[in-house]
Amino acid sequence: MPEVDVRLVEVVKKFGEAVAVDHINLEVRDGEFFSLLGPSGCGKTTTLRMIGGFEQPTSGLIELNGEDVTWLPPFRRNVNTVFQNYALFPHLTIFENVAFGLRRKGVKGSEVKSRVSEMLDLVELPGFEARKPTQISGGQAQRVALARALINRPAVLLLDEPLGALDLKLRKQMQVELKRIQQEVGITFIYVTHDQEEAMTMSDRIAVMNKGRYEQLGDPEMLYERPTTRFVASFLGVSNLLPATVVGRDGTHGSVSLADGSTIRVPAALIDGATRVDLGIRPEKIRLHESDAVPPAGHNRLAGIVRDASYLGVSTQYQVEAGGGMLTVYEQNVERASRAELWARGDAVQLTWSPDHTFVVPPDDSVDQPGAGAP
Amino acid sequence: MTAGSARTPRGPTFRARFGHAVPYLLLAPGLFWLVVFYVIPAVQMFTYSISTGSLETGFEMSLTGDAYATAIDRFGKQFMNSILFGGAATLLTLAIGFPVAYTIAFRGGRYKNLILFLVIAPFFTSFLIRTISWKILLGDEGPLLAPLRHGLGFLDNDWLLIGHGAVIDGRFSLLNTPISQLAGLTYNFLPFMILPLYVALEKIDPRLIEAAEDLFANRAAAFRRVTLPLALPGVFAGSLLTFIPAMGDYINAELLGNPGTRMIGNVIQNRLLVQNDYPVGSALSFMLMAGILVAVAVYARALGTEQLTG
Repeated sequence: MPEVDVRLVEVVKKFGEAVAVDHINLEVRDGEFFSLLGPSGCGKTTTLRMIGGFEQPTSGLIELNGEDVTWLPPFRRNVNTVFQNYALFPHLTIFENVAFGLRRKGVKGSEVKSRVSEMLDLVELPGFEARKPTQISGGQAQRVALARALINRPAVLLLDEPLGALDLKLRKQMQVELKRIQQEVGITFIYVTHDQEEAMTMSDRIAVMNKGRYEQLGDPEMLYERPTTRFVASFLGVSNLLPATVVGRDGTHGSVSLADGSTIRVPAALIDGATRVDLGIRPEKIRLHESDAVPPAGHNRLAGIVRDASYLGVSTQYQVEAGGGMLTVYEQNVERASRAELWARGDAVQLTWSPDHTFVVPPDDSVDQPGAGAP
Repeated sequence: MTAGSARTPRGPTFRARFGHAVPYLLLAPGLFWLVVFYVIPAVQMFTYSISTGSLETGFEMSLTGDAYATAIDRFGKQFMNSILFGGAATLLTLAIGFPVAYTIAFRGGRYKNLILFLVIAPFFTSFLIRTISWKILLGDEGPLLAPLRHGLGFLDNDWLLIGHGAVIDGRFSLLNTPISQLAGLTYNFLPFMILPLYVALEKIDPRLIEAAEDLFANRAAAFRRVTLPLALPGVFAGSLLTFIPAMGDYINAELLGNPGTRMIGNVIQNRLLVQNDYPVGSALSFMLMAGILVAVAVYARALGTEQLTG
C-alpha cells in the first residue's frame, strides 16, 4: 500500500448555516493524480482550499505526510497551489513570479537562476524570464503558474480548475501536458474540476463530490463501469437508468424484472440485499438488432422501438423506447455506415448487451443517503 | 426600395466618414476650458512677473528679474515652510489614510459604501468653516485643552513646556502652533489621500495575496511584496492630490498657524490681493508651480512610471 500523503478526517466546513463540506474522510496517496470532481457548489474547491490553508475547517483534521496541519497558515505548509485564473503577480516579471517562493525561502541567487530556467524548460517556456504576465497568452500564463508552484518541490500540488479559462483545443493539449509533468516530477497532484472528461483523462483516482461529500471514490474505469449512485452514473457520461425489481439469484448472476415485465440478468454481487433497484447500462454497450434476430448467447435482450436517430458522423445516437423507459444508444458507424442503412424512426428493434455491462444503483426515492444534508 | 424594408445605406455611414474626429470632439470642451482659464492667465501671470510698476501707475513689461530676486531673497523661509508642512501633511495623511483605505477595501464588506460616504461627508461643510471650527477645538479654553488645564492641572508641568514648540506666553497651547497647522492640513486633505488609495487597493485581486502566502510569504512579506507594490499608483495619486494643494494652501496657516509658520500661499495671497504687488506675487506663483513640477517629476521617476501606469 503506497504511503498516504494527505489525509482528511471527518472534515466539516460551514459558512454560517450553510454546510460546504460535510464530514469528508479522504486519503490521497503519495505520487498519485487525484481529482475532486463535481458540479459547482459541491464543496470541491472549499476542500482544496482547506488543504492549502486558505480556509480553516469548522471541525475535523487535516494531515500532510502524517503531520497535523489543520491550523497552519498557507506559508507554513509544504503544499503549493495553481489558482483558477493563475493569480500571477502583475507587477513582477515571469522570472520573479517563478522565483517568488524560492526567494521567500532564502534560496541563493545563483541557485534561484538555475532552478527558474530549469522550471521554465519543464513547462516549455524557455526565454520568457523578462516578460510581464500581461505580455503572455492564457495558455502560457497557465504554464507559468504551474512552474511557480512546482519550483518549490511541494509534497502536494493543488490545482483549482486550472484549465477552466482555456479554449477547448488548448485544454486538451494541457491535459496531456499536465499528466506528463506530473509523471516527470513525481509529485502528488490534487486536481479540482467540474469537467468529467478532464478528470477521467488525467486521474489515477477520482472522488465524485455532491452536496459537500463524495458519493464515490475510485479509478476512472470503476467509476464509469460500476457507478454506485444515480448522481455518479449521470455525472460521468450518459447513463440509461430503468427502475427494476429483484427477482432472484443463481450463482454469479441474478435476475431483475423491468416495468414492462422483461427479465434482465446482472452480476449477483450488485444486488446483494436489495429488493428494488435502478438498472443502468451505458449507451455504447448496447447493440441494436432486427427484432427477430437471435441475440448472442447469455446476453440480455429487450424489445424496443426507435423514436429518434441523430447522425453524428463517427456514430449515430438513437433514442429507443424499451423496458418501460427511453434509452440512449450509441452505435459506431461501422457496419451501417451510410445513412440509408441506419435504423429509422419507428423501426422495431432488439437491444442486447452483456450482463456484466449492467450496473445497479439505489432507486430514485432513496437517492439521499442517510446524513447527506438536511431532509 | 419597398415600403417597410430596412433603409439600405448607399455610402459609407456617418461613423465611417467622421468617426476619426470623435476623440477630438470629445476633448474639445475640456481643452477649450483649460486654454481659456489656465493657459491665458498663466501667460498673463508670467508677463506680470517680468514687469515693474504698481496698480496706480500701471505695469510695464521690463523683462527684469527683479520680482524673482525679491521672491527668492525675502521669502525663502515661507517656501521652506510650504515644503515642510506640505510634505509632513502628505506623510501623515498617508500614514493615517492607508490603514483606513485598506480596511474599507478588504474588510469593508457591505459597509464599504457607507464608510466611503463618511470619508467624504466633511465636504458637505465648507472648507473654511471646518478649519475655523478647529480654532474652537484646539483653543486654550476649547473642549480639548480646558479639561486638561483646569481639571488636572496637567498642562502646567514644567517638563511639558520645554522644547515642544507649542508654548505661547509660557503656557502650553495647541492653537497657533506648528502642531495645529499640521493637524489642520492633515485633516483637510485626508480624503484626497484615502480615496485614490482605496481605488488602488480595491482593484487588487485577493487571490494574489493568497498566492503570495501560498508561496511562503508571511503576512508582512505578502504585504510588502504584493499589496504595497500594487497599491503604488494609489500612493502616487494620493500624494500628489495632497501635496500639491497643501503646499499652496494658506487658509490653515492663516487660521491655525502663527507668523512664523506662514507658507508661500499666504505670501502670494498677501502680495496679489492685499498689496497689489502683481510682479512679486506672480513670480512667487511661478516659482511654486515650477517647484511642484520638478518635485512631481522626481517623485514619479523614483516610484517608476511603468508601475504607475500598470
